[in-house]
Amino acid sequence: MKTLIVDYGMGNLASVKRALEECGADAFVSDNPKAILDASHILLPGVGSFKQAMDNLNRQGWSDEIKNSLEKWDIPFLGICLGMQLLSTNSEEHGESEGLNLIPGRVKKFVLPKELRIPHVGWNELYIQNDCPLLNGVKDGTDFYFVHSYHAICDDKSHVGGTTPYGIDVETVIGKDNIWGTQFHPEKSASSGFQILKNFLDM
Amino acid sequence: MLKTRVIPTLLMKDTTLVKGVGFDSWRRVGTTLPAIRVYNRRQVDELIVLDISATPSNRPIDLFEVREFAPDCFVPLTVGGGIKDIETIKDLLRAGADKVALNSITYTNPNIVSEASERFGVQCIVVSVDAKKEADGTYQCYSACGSKPEGKNPADWARFMEKKGAGEILITSIEKDGAMQGYDAELIKMVSDAVTIPVIASGGAGKLEDAYEAIEKGGAQAVSAASIFHFTEITPLEVKEHLKSRGVNVRNSNKV
Repeated sequence: MKTLIVDYGMGNLASVKRALEECGADAFVSDNPKAILDASHILLPGVGSFKQAMDNLNRQGWSDEIKNSLEKWDIPFLGICLGMQLLSTNSEEHGESEGLNLIPGRVKKFVLPKELRIPHVGWNELYIQNDCPLLNGVKDGTDFYFVHSYHAICDDKSHVGGTTPYGIDVETVIGKDNIWGTQFHPEKSASSGFQILKNFLDM
Repeated sequence: MLKTRVIPTLLMKDTTLVKGVGFDSWRRVGTTLPAIRVYNRRQVDELIVLDISATPSNRPIDLFEVREFAPDCFVPLTVGGGIKDIETIKDLLRAGADKVALNSITYTNPNIVSEASERFGVQCIVVSVDAKKEADGTYQCYSACGSKPEGKNPADWARFMEKKGAGEILITSIEKDGAMQGYDAELIKMVSDAVTIPVIASGGAGKLEDAYEAIEKGGAQAVSAASIFHFTEITPLEVKEHLKSRGVNVRNSNKV
């Protein structure tokens, strides 16, 4: 059981690794897509811009390797924050960019009333919309830590595991088969976040 | 609903934690790593760690130190002090920081904010603005740990920084800092009205009600504080409980 943390030059890898270890995982960071062969779980972290992230994933060969592996095997896969948005079909961030298209949908910038500030930064509630194993033991209304200006919208609402109220019901947990995404940072959401990471590791 | 955050701030001077009054008279209050562990165990909303000796010593916050404490922090962590270039920001984010705070460099090279936010995302770029109320009643920004007047009005500067790509503004009142006599609500309001990004109020918390005023009168989305946690028995949790009793939405964190 080894959890691969995808290193594509974006994101806070050290905290993700420490948090996974705290949850009992044998986690390793790699910038080599072939490392997927050694992994029982794959985690795609990420902060930054969608376009640059996709460029890096494509250039380093991650995109093809991730898609091929997920087609062949049911490896549990979790995208966090930007890592979740990258699962979508495309994003309007910095013009149009193609995503990994693992959970069909679109990433859009927040359009909110003036009193709601952007980025959406801080602790906000998660409301469970569809039963999903990633949210086992998580109480409805639990706070998680968010920091983002764009949000994903699933084409198929049965892929929405949970939403968070910020002007609109933001789709903040998405999932399809063995592929999951959280818009919030479980690794920065203290014990509530660890529950999610543990659920992921239990898959 | 998004919660109002209560954020302890830790000030490093070399490797010790200090706290001053009015950006002066620094007192040693502990060491960084154990303090971070305690706050982490208490599940605070967020933490800010600033190296105040960095800019005066012409170096960035110690990367090795950040590597030491950041991964142990399971709540969001902002680090700052003496950051001057994109490479340092990249290193700090990789070392485990979630956000970086930029201050002095923004006056000489405001484009670092746009470069950094384009590269790493606006959400991890906090612009820290230190301001003082001058004798004539106007406010002015200061850099280099409160020592260098910049001739900018904090509201205008915050607005400009937002335009450059800042994700949050940390506004600190220099003369209120460490005095524990309350935040400068006028300054906070001025900055908060000028921008559409979140504002973190800093400088002056001495009692529970001060935090409420920074939010209610100042319009801040978060309050940061140091002395109140170092020098009184008040904990971040108590501040949040007080805010809750005053009708402010705060996160329920587990009591430890």
